Amino acid sequence: MGYNAGDYDVIVIGAGHAGCEAALAAARMGCETLLLTINLDMVAFMPCNPSVGGPAKGHVVREIDALGGEMGRNIDKTFIQMRMLNTGKGPAVHALRAQADKFLYQHTMKETIEKQERLTLRQGMVEDLIVEDGVCRGVITKTGAEYGAKAVVLTTGTYLRGKVIIGELMYESGPNNQQPAVKLSETLRRLGLELVRFKTGTPPRVHKDTIDFSKTEIQPGDDKPKYFSFETEYSDRANDQLPCWLTYTSEETHKIINDNLHRAPMFSGAIEGTGPRYCPSIEDKIVRFADKPKHQIFLEPEGRNTKEYYVQGLSTSMPEDVQLSILRSIPGLEKVEMMRTGYAIEYDAVVPTQLWPSLETKLVQNLFTAGQINGTSGYEEAAGQGIMAGINAARKVKGEEPVIIDRSAGYIGVMIDDLVTKGTNEPYRLLTSRAEYRLLLRHDNADLRLTPLGYEIGLIPEARYQKFLEKKARVEAEIARLKELKFKPDEQVQALLASRDSAPLQNTVDGVTLLRRPEISYADLEKLSPAPVELTEDMKEQVEIQIKYAGYIEKQMQQVERLSKMEKKRIPEDIDYSIIHGLATEAKQKLDKVRPLSIGQASRISGVTPSDLSILLVHLEHYNRVKAAARG
Amino acid sequence: MTEDTIAAIATALGEGSIAVVRISGPDAVELIAPLFRSKTDLREAPTHTVNYGWIVDPADGTVLDEVLVTVMKGPRSFTAEDVVEISTHGGIVAVQSVLELVLRSGVRLAEPGEFTKRAFLNGRIDLAQAEAVIDLIRSKSSRAFQIARRQSEGALSKRIVPLRRKLIELLAHVEVNIDYPEHDVAEMTAASITETCGEALRSVRELLKTAAEGKILREGIVTAIVGRPNAGKSSLLNALAQENKAIVTDIPGTTRDIVEESVSLSGIPLRLLDTAGIRETSDVVERIGVERSRGALNEADLILLVLNHNEPLHDDERRLMDELAGRPVIAIVNKIDLPGKLELDEVRSRFGDDRVVEISAKEGIGIDKLERAVSGLFFGGGIESEDLTYVSNARHIALLHQAAQSLEDAINAANEGVPIDLIQIDIAAAWERLGEIVGDAVGESLLDQIFSQFCLGK
Repeated sequence: MGYNAGDYDVIVIGAGHAGCEAALAAARMGCETLLLTINLDMVAFMPCNPSVGGPAKGHVVREIDALGGEMGRNIDKTFIQMRMLNTGKGPAVHALRAQADKFLYQHTMKETIEKQERLTLRQGMVEDLIVEDGVCRGVITKTGAEYGAKAVVLTTGTYLRGKVIIGELMYESGPNNQQPAVKLSETLRRLGLELVRFKTGTPPRVHKDTIDFSKTEIQPGDDKPKYFSFETEYSDRANDQLPCWLTYTSEETHKIINDNLHRAPMFSGAIEGTGPRYCPSIEDKIVRFADKPKHQIFLEPEGRNTKEYYVQGLSTSMPEDVQLSILRSIPGLEKVEMMRTGYAIEYDAVVPTQLWPSLETKLVQNLFTAGQINGTSGYEEAAGQGIMAGINAARKVKGEEPVIIDRSAGYIGVMIDDLVTKGTNEPYRLLTSRAEYRLLLRHDNADLRLTPLGYEIGLIPEARYQKFLEKKARVEAEIARLKELKFKPDEQVQALLASRDSAPLQNTVDGVTLLRRPEISYADLEKLSPAPVELTEDMKEQVEIQIKYAGYIEKQMQQVERLSKMEKKRIPEDIDYSIIHGLATEAKQKLDKVRPLSIGQASRISGVTPSDLSILLVHLEHYNRVKAAARG
Repeated sequence: MTEDTIAAIATALGEGSIAVVRISGPDAVELIAPLFRSKTDLREAPTHTVNYGWIVDPADGTVLDEVLVTVMKGPRSFTAEDVVEISTHGGIVAVQSVLELVLRSGVRLAEPGEFTKRAFLNGRIDLAQAEAVIDLIRSKSSRAFQIARRQSEGALSKRIVPLRRKLIELLAHVEVNIDYPEHDVAEMTAASITETCGEALRSVRELLKTAAEGKILREGIVTAIVGRPNAGKSSLLNALAQENKAIVTDIPGTTRDIVEESVSLSGIPLRLLDTAGIRETSDVVERIGVERSRGALNEADLILLVLNHNEPLHDDERRLMDELAGRPVIAIVNKIDLPGKLELDEVRSRFGDDRVVEISAKEGIGIDKLERAVSGLFFGGGIESEDLTYVSNARHIALLHQAAQSLEDAINAANEGVPIDLIQIDIAAAWERLGEIVGDAVGESLLDQIFSQFCLGK
């Protein structure tokens, strides 16, 4: 019943956040690309919270944008609230977070995809992969369509053998009652990929008109919002934001949950998958932190043209009747109507140490995986992997080397390196504390870190790149000017210092020295001596951060420099660890499983000791010298 | 492999009249020059020259030793990198204090076999010897690992573990503030940071002070004193304690019944196991007899077997001597002031003449002979752990200094109103340095701490 449905360079399976980025990147890099989804109405769907960003996650969105991806632009067009978090802390951890109109978000992304040249969007459930001699050559759908492809990207989210659990009820399902992908999971197993079972969950949604907002605290957005995309300009959208609302669980809530624990699948053993510690269900929180008298509950609008509200903090797989009682025990929700029931979902994921850092599987060439299938959680994490899988699939098709983002260049690099090097035993969420160079991976400098790369691989158009270079040059020129600029202890300067509670000048100092005083800002300096060419707010921020935190930044740069030699020391892909004399057995096994591409990566595998690394280095040197000798 | 600058003691400790600290790496000259007071500035010294001068602590001007410093610029050196060798006076004190200073100045202690590894990687060692290089790394690492493991149970670790506990709680709190800004966890304040870091700093400084006095850091050679009741273990201990200006520590945090004491025999620190057992009243010792010391025997680097000159060998003693065959043992024939009934020839034939010492602990006779026997065994390579124990102490001191510096930086930053994510860098550095002392791996454990300490989630 199969038929030939056409040939593509790249086929992406799944149109969630990873799939959209992968497909757009591949098409923009010149590949004929097919994006297949089980349901066309679910493109870029947000099955859980209606928000994008936050610490580390927001950084990833900026990085995606800096590389030429879509998530940042899309949320800038569809947000209903924008808020900069951590503004009281250092610039590295400032983090933008948007509430999305989740319906508009989907439609806008779908429109972008539909308009994209070389990209075909089609509904279809992929059930099998065409693999010949260990190389993936295409896909077969449930309806018999056989598509040929030079590379395939799997972004299946929680659809693989998905199972929804609500109290005693359990049924095979993808998120939000979508059809699960059962056969594809079997295909992956047949190909020899090791799968694990993970679990995640979502809270109930409630009707806005049944909420008593007077019992909750308002959580407004920023008056003058910033944007995710470096390209977005200020628009009226900023003036029309919707607030979120904060309430708390009550004693009654905790009692209801404790009384019904015997019906909770989390504790009855019905759930076998591993859930994330950082996103526990409310029943889990109350059991594990029994001393905590109340938990925060945020009420978040799901869009502008809907009454649905997301109940953040109340993720649960309790039976439906218990969910309703829990909701109604919360101040402000006494009379609430539940519109959708919360649920837990279990799904299959690929053990990510089976991937190269390019996100290609080691087992099947030209097959890439990205997003939740790799054991992560979160839209941003998915999109960050998606764009990299799309880029590397396209480069593979063109016969180019894969692009790998270093841990010191982006959170995307930190995440992928963690996944393919260490694996994960729970759904992986990015946290800023996972980055060793947090100060270098700032929200503000994502373009400086990654836009040159985005341009080089063909995702950043010429005009945008020129604009970027202009920004960079003007920032550098201004920093150079401030280094030379002298401030004398004259009346004007002393008056300004006094007004900032800053000690008066004794001698003439340069602008950089003055700006390093914690209480002095670039705006102060500007008053004393404006830049000869007008700078944008972004540029001013950049000047200020680069000068103020130079000492700390410099220290981390030195660390990066020191370790870069280890990162550059390559290990051949076909190395045979079993014959390396002196290597500990544990190290042999771990190295053989992960197959690191550099000594740096090998050093991050747990169980590989410094002496194992030394031995590996000696072996590589031996190997290289023998090879060189053989070449004569 | 990161091509930083490394150092280690290159000579067998105490063997010759000089000892050498070898430093190798791109910054070798740059880092050592400020420590060297001489007519010549090391930075200007021509390669392959020997320079006379003093090693001086630049912090306070203390002169550590009169030395000869050799500069060998790469690639014409053992490692093919820039190498500086500091020749100090022999013995232990001078070379160790020089190494401590070098490590404090930004040089890293070499990993086991690292000089040889670098020499190989830089092409100075023949390809045919690759396997030998690997064997050297492997064997040195496994010794170092055993010693590290033992130290992780030692007195210093017992002080550091609770310190790290407090720091990781602080770090977890800071991280939660950063990664969960909207969560109902109180914002960490400068005051609470300075309080916790200040407490930690005081503890670290105390440890450094005891280190300077040579008290607890020099954990020394793990030594067991064994023998039958009445052989004179207790009086030997007292003799060692009095005659040799013993450093007797009553380490807080250790319970009375596992008290360990250190004595210094001609500068060689011995960590005596189970001394409480020996000091207890004689009837208790009677009751437990030789068995008492069995546990100590297994962990010891050095065993002092005490025999009674005034009694014939007991079956217990013969069994014990069988067990001890091949171990680093010194047989101490005690009570030579009393008539000899012991089968001395049998003892000598078992251990060899230079391993049998006749003393009278009570009269203070022959303690000097014991010293010579111990140092013979120690420096003759009979006790394998010696140099590593010393060197890891120097390393510990350097790490404690670095931790103290980071804590000071954190406190200053907090007082100046620096944002918490920047202060975090210093706190984390202190926590990591202390972790290197106790051998804890970093990484995931901070995340574990965050999620066990705080209830987080959406």
